[in-house]
This record gives sequence, structure tokens and C-alpha cells, in this order.
Amino acid sequence: MAIWVDSNTRLLCQGITGSAGSFHSRQMMAYGTHLVAGVTPGKAGETFDDGVPIFNTVEQAVQETGANTSVVFVPPPFAADAIMEAADSGVKLIVAITEGIPVMDMVRVSTYLQGCDVRLIGPNCPGIITPGACKIGIMPGHIHQPGRVGVVSRSGTLTYEAVGQLSALGIGQSTCVGIGGDPVNGTNFIDTLEAFQNDPDTDAIIMIGEIGGSAEEQAAAFVAERVTKPVVGFIAGATAPPGRRMGHAGAIIAGGKGTAAEKMKALEQHGITVAPTPADMGETLQRVLNERNG
Amino acid sequence: MKIHEYQAKEVLASYGVPTPKGFPAFSADEAVQKAQELGGDLWVVKAQIHAGGRGKAGGVKLCRNLEDVRSVADRLLGAKLVTHQTGPDGQEVRRLYVESGVDIARELYLGLVLDREQSRVVVMASSEGGVDIETVAAETPELIHKEWIDPRVGLQGFQSRRLAFSLGLSGKSVRSFGKVLSALSKVYEEKDASMVEINPLVITGDGSVVALDAKLTFDGNGLFRHPDIVAYRDLDEEDPLEVRANDLGLNYIKLDGNVGCMVNGAGLAMATMDILQTFGAQPANFLDVGGGATKEMVMEAFKILVEDQVAAIFVNIFGGIMKCDVIAEGIVGAAAEVGLNVPLIVRLAGTNVGKGREILASSGLAITPAASMKDGAQLAAQAVGRA
Repeated sequence: MAIWVDSNTRLLCQGITGSAGSFHSRQMMAYGTHLVAGVTPGKAGETFDDGVPIFNTVEQAVQETGANTSVVFVPPPFAADAIMEAADSGVKLIVAITEGIPVMDMVRVSTYLQGCDVRLIGPNCPGIITPGACKIGIMPGHIHQPGRVGVVSRSGTLTYEAVGQLSALGIGQSTCVGIGGDPVNGTNFIDTLEAFQNDPDTDAIIMIGEIGGSAEEQAAAFVAERVTKPVVGFIAGATAPPGRRMGHAGAIIAGGKGTAAEKMKALEQHGITVAPTPADMGETLQRVLNERNG
Repeated sequence: MKIHEYQAKEVLASYGVPTPKGFPAFSADEAVQKAQELGGDLWVVKAQIHAGGRGKAGGVKLCRNLEDVRSVADRLLGAKLVTHQTGPDGQEVRRLYVESGVDIARELYLGLVLDREQSRVVVMASSEGGVDIETVAAETPELIHKEWIDPRVGLQGFQSRRLAFSLGLSGKSVRSFGKVLSALSKVYEEKDASMVEINPLVITGDGSVVALDAKLTFDGNGLFRHPDIVAYRDLDEEDPLEVRANDLGLNYIKLDGNVGCMVNGAGLAMATMDILQTFGAQPANFLDVGGGATKEMVMEAFKILVEDQVAAIFVNIFGGIMKCDVIAEGIVGAAAEVGLNVPLIVRLAGTNVGKGREILASSGLAITPAASMKDGAQLAAQAVGRA
């Protein structure tokens, strides 16, 4: 069952004819994701790879194909508009991969989405995958294994690292969610933790945070209050200098706040087991699971 | 992106925010000449560097005659100013700002930043102007008053009045404060700012409101629609290696350690720095080559690490979009061009890992392959004599 995406997901891709959009559309189809439509304004009537119909608007794509999810590969200047178009057209899930959307655009998007019955994942994220069933985004599918551990992270490649460690230990994943590295995003840690807690197919959770903001601290408090499944955490950026943006727009220690040390402390205080190094996320989870079962 | 105080005041003045009259100056002669042009008998000579804390570090001086202006300018230009934001090496002063003195009755603080929890811009105002706002936030948070801006309607008049009255303003100052705040919120929104800070915002003897200092930083993601702001960029204020890396589309930040790192993805790049430190080594840099890097970009990235004179290099790649063979070709190409004179530890995983390892193995270069991230970090620490 997993969370939010499965074999019933009917995906449309906004920006399907761009270089990133077309490359990853092929990868997603090869993984088995049902890609039912593409949207590129002005290219209606064409088909993508002789199979996927292209529409001018998301509204038409939804009406004609019954798509219920959209993945956004639209370039940064137009991405906010694309997300709002998807929200207005009736899809229930939007996965925004685009990196580099201006923060003020996302402030407006965030306000716009408040009245809509839709979930946004991202932007600036690798996407979401339910191994063996549905891959939406840019993560390498082959490193994943179907299983019962949920993964949620602000980072892309650090998520692959965690997944790679789990799979190497023979531990599969229920769903892996990249919530993105931007300061204003859609789905947050708490939304995802709650969904994993309520998912009968998830037994344990890995949560990967990084410096900047206070989302991890809030998530830790939520775990203490509402999550009964074991949670393993890691926070990247213990060695990051204050005041510098570490690649991700949201990864910055500002005014002495948002340090890795503070966040790790909050995680531990709320009963989350923190992996000692980023190379130990898989083993730490295995140990926690064994302790619970033993 | 950061800009200088005098540039920030230019932007603010174009939105109608009152600022003291002033001119930038690049030499002591020019500083004196600008002071003469300004007239009066009180000037402030201010070092222009991209860091806060200039006043405490001696970078802001009040001058009562032109000889003072000249000697202060002489002393500041070319000097290295060390503030809590510059690091121990300080930042060289290359530009000055000469401003008319202002009759100060009260000093307030006014700042606009993104509140990540609310996904909205928050206005912070405090009666404690002229001091470090982080200290106020830590010691007397009740002295900071906040209003959040609804992006649908913008800052409203009642919000400005609420702030003005909680700061104890009265009379015509309330209206002037509201006008200034309204202009600042427009600057924030229309110019894609990431911070607007006026510290201090001054109430003068006659009740006028003046921005005595100004700090503007901008969202790098929004710069594509603001060529006027990009024109303010001062490359002298940035590390030359960082400038070169950024021009190549690489995310690079120079640090103090001696193990050069090349990683794909920001989170993994930070984690790589962290795990090096776990094993006693210090990272020389943060470097995220990103997902779409070409062989040429990897080569350039590698050259930057070599030029930074690191003692060892640790390449940690988990290929997703990034293919391991592209990284391997870039490394081999760069090493052939610039020579490899330090230990090179390479960990490859993910997309095309087999191909990548083969390219490295058959290159004839002295590359130490690492089986995992932990293995690689340990090998790198050993290479610099730390483990």
C-alpha cells in the first residue's frame, strides 16, 4: 500500500518535451510508472515517444486521460505558474522537481495552495518512489527494493545513500519521499511522518534532515507525541560554517539558529535514534529493528 | 547575493526611503572632495565591506573636519577589517561611503526576512536599534515586535501602526514610519530580497525617520529577473576560487581544512564533510558538482581542488542523474592535465558504477578506490595523517 503513490497513480508530466522532462519521463516509464500524459503549451496533438499524448494545458490532460498526479520539470522562471496550474486542474498530488524557484514565488504558491485539495511535494527534490510500483522523479530506481521502511529527506543524494545502505542490508523500503532543500516547500517532515505512522505497510522510518530552519525540531516533537514506529535520524551539516548557503537554498545557519548540533539534540531528546555518521544510517535502523523485535 | 551599504541605500532611495546624503569614495582625495560637496560640519566615513559589525571593528568614524575625513579615509582604505562576520583574516576595505551626519534622537531596528515556519515574510521591529539584533532576540525577545505579510494583499497600514505604537512612536513619526515600512516591504517583494535590515532606523530631532544603515541581500534564485541588482555584484568581496566555481555552475564554498571534497548533491556533500571530521580530518571545501555536470565541469572542479593546495582529495559520488563514468572521465582528464601530486581517494556508487571504476583502474593513475563512504573518509583521514 505504501503512501501517496502506487500502481494506481496516473501521472502527467509538465515540461515533458524539455531535456530533463523527456529524459526522466523515459526513466519513469521504464520503471513501470503509468505516465498517461504530457503538457507543453503549444504542442497539443503531438505524442511523446509515440505513446504519451501531449496537451496544451493541465486541465485538458486531466480531462482526457484521468491523470491524478503531476510531476513538474518546468524551468524555474515558470515553475510556480506550472504548480498553480496543476493545483487548479484537479490533480491530487504535485511533485515539483525544479531547482532554483525564487523564494517569493513559492511564498505565493504556498498561499495559493491553502484553499486547494492537493498535496505538493518539493520543489527542489528528487521526488517520491514506492519501490516496485511507482517512481516519480529523478532518483535511480535500481537501488531501491520493495519493503517496509519509510524514508523521508530534505536531500537527494543523501537519500540514495540511505536507500543504498538499506538495500545492501536486505532491508526494503515502503516509500521514499524527498521533501526538497528549499526554505518554502509543500509537504514537510510532519506530513510524511504522519502518513508513515498511518501506513500499515511501513514498520520503521528514516528521517534525514540538514542545517537551516527548524523543521527537524518540530518533526522530532511530533514523533514523541504521535509516532509509535521506530525512527532513525541523521542531520547533515555539522561542519558547515554559519551564514553560508550549503548548496540548498534552505541549508543555512542564520543568526546562530538551525545548527546540526541543535537538531540532533532535539531528535535524541524526542526518542529518535541518531546515526553516528551518514555511513551508518542503514545499520542503525537494522539495530533498532532488531532491538524492538528481540 | 550581498551588496554594499551605499548600493542598498541607492535601492531604498529609489523606493522613497529617506537616507542621509552621501557618496561612495575610492581614495582619500575623493573622500575629502565628496565631504566638501556634501557641505556641513559633520560627516561619517564608513568602510564598505560585505559584513556586519563594521562599527565595533572601527570601520565607521564620525568626522568633524576635512582633515579628519582624510586621515580616517587613509587609515581605512587598504586596511583589513575584522568583524564577527568576516572570519579571523578580515576583509580588505576598498571602498568608502562618505555621508552627512544626522541629528539622532532615537535608534530603532527594522528587519524583514522569510519566516520559514509560516512561509511568509515577517517584519521585525525593535526599540533596541544600533545593537546586534541576535543579542536582543536572545536576551530580551519581548522587545522584538513582529507582523507577517500576507502575500495576497501585502503589508497593511494597521500592521505598520501597530508596530509604530509598540515602539513608542508618536505624532508625524508614526506616518513616516509607516511609509518607510511600506517601501521596504515593496523592495523585499519586487526585488526578490532575502533580507532587508535597517539598523539603526533613526528618529531625528525633528521627528523624521531616516535609514542610517542599510543591509540588503537577495535570493540568488530571483536574480535572473533583476539585472539592476546583479550589476551591484562586487567580485572583490568574494573568494576568487568560489567565483570561478560559481561561474562554472558548481556549488563551491572554501573552508579551512586540507581534504578537498568532490561530491554530487548538497546533502551528501555536507555529510561527506561531516564524516571526514568524524575521522579526525578537516574538509577544505564544500563542493557539489550537481546532477547535470559534464566531463568538462568535473575537470574544472578537480583543478580548483588542486589549486587550493589540499593535502588529499576525496571524491564521493552516489550516481543518480550523475553517471559515475562521467565523473571518472573528468577526474582522469584533469589529472592528466594538471598532474596528480596528492593522494586521491574515490568512492563511486550508483548509476554506471562498473564503467566508472573501470575507467579509473585502467587510467594508470595512483587512485585509491574506496568501497563505501566510511571507507573513503577513513582512507582520506589516513592520507593526511589524521587516523
